[in-house]
Amino acid sequence: MELIWQGVIEGFRLIFSLDPEVLRVTGLTLQVSGTATLIAVIVGIPLGTWLGVSRFRGRGTLVTMVNVGMGLPPVVAGLLVSILLWRNGPLGVLRLLYTPSAMVIAQGLIASPLVIGLTRSAVESLDPSIREQLRSLGASRGQMLWAMLNECRIGLLAAVIAGFGGVISEVGASAMVGGNITGHTRVLTTAIMLEVSKGNFGLAIALSTVLLTLAYVATALLTNLQQKGTRR
Amino acid sequence: MYLGWGCGLLASWRKTGLGKAIGTTLLLAVLVGALSGCELPWAKVNKEVIMATTTSTRDSGLLDVLIPAFEAKSDFIIKSVAVGTGQALEMGIKGEADVLLVHAPSSERPLVEDGTAISRRMVMHNDFVIVGPPADPAAVKETASAVEALQAIAAGEDVFISRGDESGTHKMEKSLWTTAELTPSGNKWYQEAGLGMGDTLAIASEKEGYTLTDRATYLARKSTLELEIVSEGDPVLLNLYHVMEVSSKKFPKVNAKGAKAWSDWLLGAEAQAIIAAFGVDKYGEPLFFADGGKTEAIYAPK
Repeated sequence: MELIWQGVIEGFRLIFSLDPEVLRVTGLTLQVSGTATLIAVIVGIPLGTWLGVSRFRGRGTLVTMVNVGMGLPPVVAGLLVSILLWRNGPLGVLRLLYTPSAMVIAQGLIASPLVIGLTRSAVESLDPSIREQLRSLGASRGQMLWAMLNECRIGLLAAVIAGFGGVISEVGASAMVGGNITGHTRVLTTAIMLEVSKGNFGLAIALSTVLLTLAYVATALLTNLQQKGTRR
Repeated sequence: MYLGWGCGLLASWRKTGLGKAIGTTLLLAVLVGALSGCELPWAKVNKEVIMATTTSTRDSGLLDVLIPAFEAKSDFIIKSVAVGTGQALEMGIKGEADVLLVHAPSSERPLVEDGTAISRRMVMHNDFVIVGPPADPAAVKETASAVEALQAIAAGEDVFISRGDESGTHKMEKSLWTTAELTPSGNKWYQEAGLGMGDTLAIASEKEGYTLTDRATYLARKSTLELEIVSEGDPVLLNLYHVMEVSSKKFPKVNAKGAKAWSDWLLGAEAQAIIAAFGVDKYGEPLFFADGGKTEAIYAPK
């Protein structure tokens, strides 16, 4: 217990003293996971909305696949992306392996099903009579979609929070495609794993504290945004 | 550029409907992701050298001193990817790395023989030791060689933790069991961890068992462990590190210039001095012994 407490204190000390290495690693964590979540949102909300409102043969299968994707083991996603990005692999010419961009791709792949699936679920649970109402009020296709998304913004923000949470905590895929290289591709999660394997438990706990603080602040902001809609 | 994409996207949304707009969004998203934070990678001269090395080399901390020293003098950037020895060698075999720094001579030689790696040169060595609980139930401290030590452990059926991961350490361990004419796997006291050296030591400490480790990792972790060195000094326990460049004849995409620059520097006076002095201030003894210019033949057991 002493170890944990000391680690937590060290964590806050690292935050407030603006330790340069910790700052760099934290900055990269935010950059990679933030970009990945953004991509997941840009791709996922339109796709999830479309999946939620459309009705066609095979839709059930697609919905199942998205749901399975939500539980996709991140390390499998990492392995797949590595194989694609290997020098001698199909996308090797892009020279993306062991760069932050590769980590963004892998994390984007992990977050997207989460955003798609939860958006679909939010849109699908809208009262179907809303579409009738909007149509009868003379709404265009675009206006209708916008109004629907507004109605389920709580579910949509849950999708964003889930996507972000999924990637800020991700370690296996990030290590595999990024290589956990000092100064280039080390993020908080891979740094924690490294320090544990080196036996520096105090530092590992300190970094965990930094990561938890970061996740808390980001998620609190998103939750605030989400709950704003409920105060009518 | 992105503004143009954004406007094009909005325009297409209105005209062609949701489906096509989603497709364009996807394309935009992938491009944003792939290009975030970098210039077009294929347009630049390749300054990055990917070195595949092992987790124990990384954990010793030596690379954290060597790499910055090299980068201060060179245009090249070393990206050190630390994985298990098996994976490091595989990266060489597939041409996914530019240079290898590993310590499994018997597995390295085939790569030179079939032309996968060139210019294999010895850089340094450290040694393996057998560590165990202070109580030493198998009385390993009384044995005279590494092989005898393992025989004692097997006879007493005392817990032995193996790396189990085809690493350099694991291969050394397996060769010792072979020499001892024993097959430990399948026995309850022989446990294969499948983890790096640091984690394996932690398990051995927790279970009050024995394990084979390189001295460097043991020294670095000593304060967190309840293990002592019970067998050391046997010439067969020497751990030799070689650097090899992956052949650009076989793999044209390899950064041959960068690999050679790094390898040459490692064998040079500055790097060798850093290696010889590394660890002395922290542990009172150096973790490695510099071997630039020598060949492994000098360490062959008589």
